[in-house]
Amino acid sequence: MSARSDELLAQATFAVEAAVSAGAGDAVASASWGRSLDFSWREGKLEKVQESTSRSLGVALYVDGRYSTHGTNDLDRGRLAAFIREAVALTRALEPDPFRIIPDPALYEGRSDVDLDLVDPSLVDLSREERLAICARLEERASAHDDVISATSGIADGHGISARVSSNGFSGSRERTSLWYGAEVTMREGETKRPEAHRWVGGLHRDGLPTPDEVGAEALRRCVTRIGAGKVPSVRTTMVIDREAASGFIGRIFGAMSARAIQQKRSFLADKLGRRIASDVLTLRDDPFVTRGMGSRHYDGEGIAAKPRTVVRNGVLESYYVDTYYGRKLGWEPTSGSASNILFEYGDQSRDALVAAAQSGIYVESWLGGNANPTTGDFSFGVRGRLIEGGELGAPVSEMNVTGNYLEILQHLAAVGDDPVPWSAFRSPTLVFEDVQFSGT
Amino acid sequence: MDATSPSAADLYAWFGVDDTVLARVLAAALARGAEYADLYFEHASGHSVTLEDGIISRASSSVDRGVGIRAVVGDQTGYAYSEDLDVRSMVEAARTAASIARGSSAVAPVGFEPRTHADLYAIPRPWESIGIVEKLPLLQKVEATTRALNPAVEKVSVSWGDADDRVLVVTSEGTAWSDRRPMARIAVSVTAVKDGEVQSGSANLAGRHGMEWFDEQRLADMCSDAVDRTMILFEARRPPAGEMPVVLAAGPSGILLHEAVGHGMEADFNRKGTSIYSTLLGKQVAPEFVTVVDSAIHPGERGSLNVDDEGSPTERTVLVEGGVMASYLHDRISAKHYGVEPTGSGRRESFRHMPMPRMRCTYMENGPHTKEEIIASVKNGIVAETFTNGQVQIGAGDFTFFIKNGWLIEDGKITAPIKDTNIIGNGPEALRDVTMVADDMKLDTGGWTCGKEGQRVPVSQGMPTVLVSRLTVGGESR
Repeated sequence: MSARSDELLAQATFAVEAAVSAGAGDAVASASWGRSLDFSWREGKLEKVQESTSRSLGVALYVDGRYSTHGTNDLDRGRLAAFIREAVALTRALEPDPFRIIPDPALYEGRSDVDLDLVDPSLVDLSREERLAICARLEERASAHDDVISATSGIADGHGISARVSSNGFSGSRERTSLWYGAEVTMREGETKRPEAHRWVGGLHRDGLPTPDEVGAEALRRCVTRIGAGKVPSVRTTMVIDREAASGFIGRIFGAMSARAIQQKRSFLADKLGRRIASDVLTLRDDPFVTRGMGSRHYDGEGIAAKPRTVVRNGVLESYYVDTYYGRKLGWEPTSGSASNILFEYGDQSRDALVAAAQSGIYVESWLGGNANPTTGDFSFGVRGRLIEGGELGAPVSEMNVTGNYLEILQHLAAVGDDPVPWSAFRSPTLVFEDVQFSGT
Repeated sequence: MDATSPSAADLYAWFGVDDTVLARVLAAALARGAEYADLYFEHASGHSVTLEDGIISRASSSVDRGVGIRAVVGDQTGYAYSEDLDVRSMVEAARTAASIARGSSAVAPVGFEPRTHADLYAIPRPWESIGIVEKLPLLQKVEATTRALNPAVEKVSVSWGDADDRVLVVTSEGTAWSDRRPMARIAVSVTAVKDGEVQSGSANLAGRHGMEWFDEQRLADMCSDAVDRTMILFEARRPPAGEMPVVLAAGPSGILLHEAVGHGMEADFNRKGTSIYSTLLGKQVAPEFVTVVDSAIHPGERGSLNVDDEGSPTERTVLVEGGVMASYLHDRISAKHYGVEPTGSGRRESFRHMPMPRMRCTYMENGPHTKEEIIASVKNGIVAETFTNGQVQIGAGDFTFFIKNGWLIEDGKITAPIKDTNIIGNGPEALRDVTMVADDMKLDTGGWTCGKEGQRVPVSQGMPTVLVSRLTVGGESR
């Protein structure tokens, strides 16, 4: 690890020591540093450039059975020690909480040291000229149509390091880089309508990303397909969800799997452990050790050593997201309070094959607003996409809603594609649901 | 200590700067030929407390400070920030921002004239000076009141948050603006169980207010709202699917204006031609009884601002006047592009972010109808009463908002309660379809936050009872 991570470890250690000497029984501190550079390009010139370097320190305090958390970006040691002393005093004013204890150090044990390859050292060498060339290329391809009103392209990269230290023996640091680029396009349609679309791709490493030419052209292609979008009559039909839109839909069920939601009686998945919650084509795995995975980690937000596990197996709910605090309230062993990478058991059919098999229905490309009720599983979302006609993608659809309940619709999951989305910790493939309620005219 | 707006001199001392230092940093920002530059110093402190399962289970505090440095040439912006307020760090950030321009040095001012403004959120005691011990009874009272309202209530959680934000804006025009912005919010969440069925709901109160605003009556009303909204869900169903008339209840329904009108009127989108309203300025877009306003000058609102985040005076901006598109919301860059004065709409999340045109408090003025007339006029439709969130696509004009609670209207009468329904429409079509506006406008006291290009800012909204003759309701076919 770098000199910077040593420095952050030293900062976190200082904060823990300051907390303990101010009277905290236990303390956990995280120190982080981040840098990013963001270019936005339009009409052949750089429109915005933003450079950011930031650092912060967060500390969690356990004082006489009471608990609080604090954050600051003023890392002057004298002022930091005073800030922590004040924080310890504030904590004493709270009420004792018998369920609040620092995580069991046994859970820190067995931390993997597998190489996750989360840092791309070549990003440091990405020059201003190269960034500008990528932006120009993206814009050129994205605006290659007479009806384009505006095309904006951009490139952003980041580098972050954080260190975590606890008074009961945890010490760790992690580091990752990221690179994103893409374009957004607006086109003319009739008197006033200006359909829009975008395409962004990203990863922890530069290699493996589609070329700026491909990305710019895809942004334009997506926008062209939006022209003439409209609604069709309300209908119950098959819904095929694009792999990039799937996390916005399936990701919602993870909130209901948290121990907090269950303990606070705000989960439609309470009492469902070991029971069928979805059709048997749904298998979800939480895998923290994916090479270059956006959610990859050796330890979680509490310092708990990361482990792969199956969350849903053939439609049956196998585990919840349990942190130390709500785990104690429920009398459950902690697993981890947060998801890492989510992998599916992938099918063997491509998106096009799934659309062909559906014959008719609606292909959802993105969501527009809407929400889900984690207590009951009721959801209602705005959708944008395409009609599926004769087994092919047809006219663009807009201004429609999809409405239902997760406990019901998960049973209607008919097929899972072979095409996980690469630029997300939520590696969903194309998903097919049958008998779904759409509202239109 | 008092919390009225500090002077520029107060904040010079607070941030440890003087005219010489500011002139040096601005000179570095202008060194490559930028036409304009500004410095945004910010010190934000905040506290939050949560009560869950009957005990104050956690609290937090935060301090965040730094300076954002911007250099502008035409519609191009260079931006960098520094969390260290020593001259060397600030000059280094200024040089980074300056690199957007490619010319020779522009002249920087050497002194800064302090500008004064009204104080829309003077509070007797600043949040920074109020200890946590004073806040705890508020949460405990809310919990006890809520639990006592109905025996079906099984879980109550109460959360509190307050913030005290000091802001100093120094511009290359030789002006210095200072402001101190309070914010506070309390929210209560309820879960109730009845015959094995579980439902949850919530309510909140928020604004740029002091402790005294959170009085017994307001808190009691919030508790009843939360319990009522939860208990009604046991009877609620999904409305039918498809297009139908939608009555927007007075208050939080201003979310429709925020999504369907406000975002599309932010001038940055129009400058680029990406908004559906790009060609509609001066045109009749709604009936003559429709007037839509975005204002910064209502005291104590989340969207209230004494001065905006780039040192422009704030105002009441009329977006739609008598049904005619009247004005966009401008920051400095768009105002210069259009040759108009800024509307005081340049806002940013923090010193880490560059400003852009944003809404403040968006509402519709009263109209000629009454709530009773409006309900009676609807054969089959719904009333939208409370909301969780909304979204818009600026160019296509499609917008949505999510109804948490509402009612069915059958034959001109309110009948059954409805729940959890997304509404989708098109901005210009919805404006055209505003067929009735009542005389009962009220601003919502809930804590709304608006997101745009990754930046979140506090906003407010309001509405009289309004009928939109046709929107697509995300229901279930019967």
